[in-house]
Amino acid sequence: MTRTSHTLPPPPALRAWALPSALPLLALAALLAAPLALTPYLSDLVQKIVIFSVFALSLGLLVGTAGLVSLGHAAFFGIGAYVTALASSDTGPGSIAVLLPLAMLGAGAYALFVGALSLRTKGVYFIMVTLAFAQMAYFIFHDTHFAGGSDGMFLAYRPALAISGVTLVDLELPLHRYYLAAGALGATYALLAALQRSRFGHALAGIRANEQRMRAAGFNTYAYKLAAFVLAAMLAGLAGFLMASKDGAVNPELLSWHESGALLMMIILGGLGSLRGAVLGTCVFILLKEALSSEAIFGALAGRWQLTLGLTMIAFVALMPKGLAGLHTQWQQRRKENQHEH
Amino acid sequence: MSTDIPLLRAAALTRRFGGLTAVDKVSLDIHLGEIHAIIGTNGAGKSTLVNMLSGELAASEGALRLRGLDITGWSQVRRARAGIGRSYQRTTIFPGFSLFENCRLAAQAAAQRPWRLWEPATGCRHSADTARRALEEAGLHERGHLLAGAVSHGQQRQLEIAMCLATDPTVLLLDEPLAGMGAEETERMLSLLERLRPGRAMVLVEHDMEAVFRVADRVTVMVNGQVIATGHPEDIRSNAAVKSAYLGDHDAAH
Repeated sequence: MTRTSHTLPPPPALRAWALPSALPLLALAALLAAPLALTPYLSDLVQKIVIFSVFALSLGLLVGTAGLVSLGHAAFFGIGAYVTALASSDTGPGSIAVLLPLAMLGAGAYALFVGALSLRTKGVYFIMVTLAFAQMAYFIFHDTHFAGGSDGMFLAYRPALAISGVTLVDLELPLHRYYLAAGALGATYALLAALQRSRFGHALAGIRANEQRMRAAGFNTYAYKLAAFVLAAMLAGLAGFLMASKDGAVNPELLSWHESGALLMMIILGGLGSLRGAVLGTCVFILLKEALSSEAIFGALAGRWQLTLGLTMIAFVALMPKGLAGLHTQWQQRRKENQHEH
Repeated sequence: MSTDIPLLRAAALTRRFGGLTAVDKVSLDIHLGEIHAIIGTNGAGKSTLVNMLSGELAASEGALRLRGLDITGWSQVRRARAGIGRSYQRTTIFPGFSLFENCRLAAQAAAQRPWRLWEPATGCRHSADTARRALEEAGLHERGHLLAGAVSHGQQRQLEIAMCLATDPTVLLLDEPLAGMGAEETERMLSLLERLRPGRAMVLVEHDMEAVFRVADRVTVMVNGQVIATGHPEDIRSNAAVKSAYLGDHDAAH
């Protein structure tokens, strides 16, 4: 494109980069085609990224959309996974049509209890209260024996879906697991994209921006926040179901605050408030962790991956205040500033 | 212009914070079609009173009635939906949204049934129309597309009123709408208040005495949480108790 002073700038519709809006669909297509090319190791890694993306999207609804910073989101993920394991039978595969809703409802029920109490507090107190409730759930699974204590428990059979005797989905098959997770990510993404455009999503954005004004306008902000909290927990429960189905086992570490903290880092890395940011941040975080802890790449330093990952995170956040999803606008802004200077 | 039955009636409203009585047995009648100014020195309890009328602070004692209905125990949300809107002394807007979306979101409060929450927000004709009308009433209709955080202070104050209007209130509680405004902006705001008067009742807490006496139909003077006088502006001006307690040093300056 030539830039001369007498040519008119192209109309905004053409000037705007058309690719970003199609990006999620392209990514989904790549995700669906990927198993053709992936080794079992890579397929497992991609599945992990996909499941954590669902989990990160659910936390993004709280932190990015509603402005509620929770440090206990892993509890709902872990509860979803444990419900799946506990409700599975030892004699044959449990039905996905029962276990999946049950996992989501279990996580949602605990969220209704935690949210009803913790949403009476704000800011740093909310962070601490959500952390406390999550730790409580962690220690219930860790220190009692009904679900295997600190060792966790195995699923004798992974869930399956059969209609009148014909097995449609059998999660013992890696490919079925892969596509169920990919489908769940697509559905979660579509649901949250619709939510952000909806009256509910706009009300949550208003609460994040100025809760006092929302109340003065006549919004029962507590009810809105509680609804968002429960919905986010149910989606985390969905991710938990997928995790339990993928690993065929659950353990208390799924509920630990390390998990909640790592998840917060993923969405901050990706860019708060952006759906693609949550997915992008999850990809980069998990791949970074995988690379930094690989002895083949980093040798002896691989044993210190927490240190190198931490330093990398600090560098990322310092260089990209708007996260990965905000890089595009950050660059545009810088280019505009440079043009002004010249 | 005023009717005999007050739209909003406060009866001996009292608010105590520990040992301090911030608002002490305040009784007020707010009539439709009137601007009722509340003046008083700093710490007289004006803002506390507004917060009690809006429902942000519960009353320790006393009662509040809207069209004769006892609303003392109602939450702010319930009062807002019954038609009590307010503006804040410190600008309380959504700085990251456009002026239009600020008003549209406020208007959305009118329809919050759960099954409607999933409809696309921008597709709602009712809230879009209400927002447009509110912006127009507040004189901001040409600026609807601008970011609220990027417009001038005076326009943000106008927006604050527009957002209040978007909830279609019958009672407007305005906490220092003129704070920090220049002469021209003050002029614009006062004519806006004049335009809004028909069909609504307004409570105006304000420090700018000249402005108060220009637009107010009734003035209530508060000192130390108590009402020392209430009446028409000219009566308040000549009231001896008010002069000595509050307007005294003002008159000396004139």
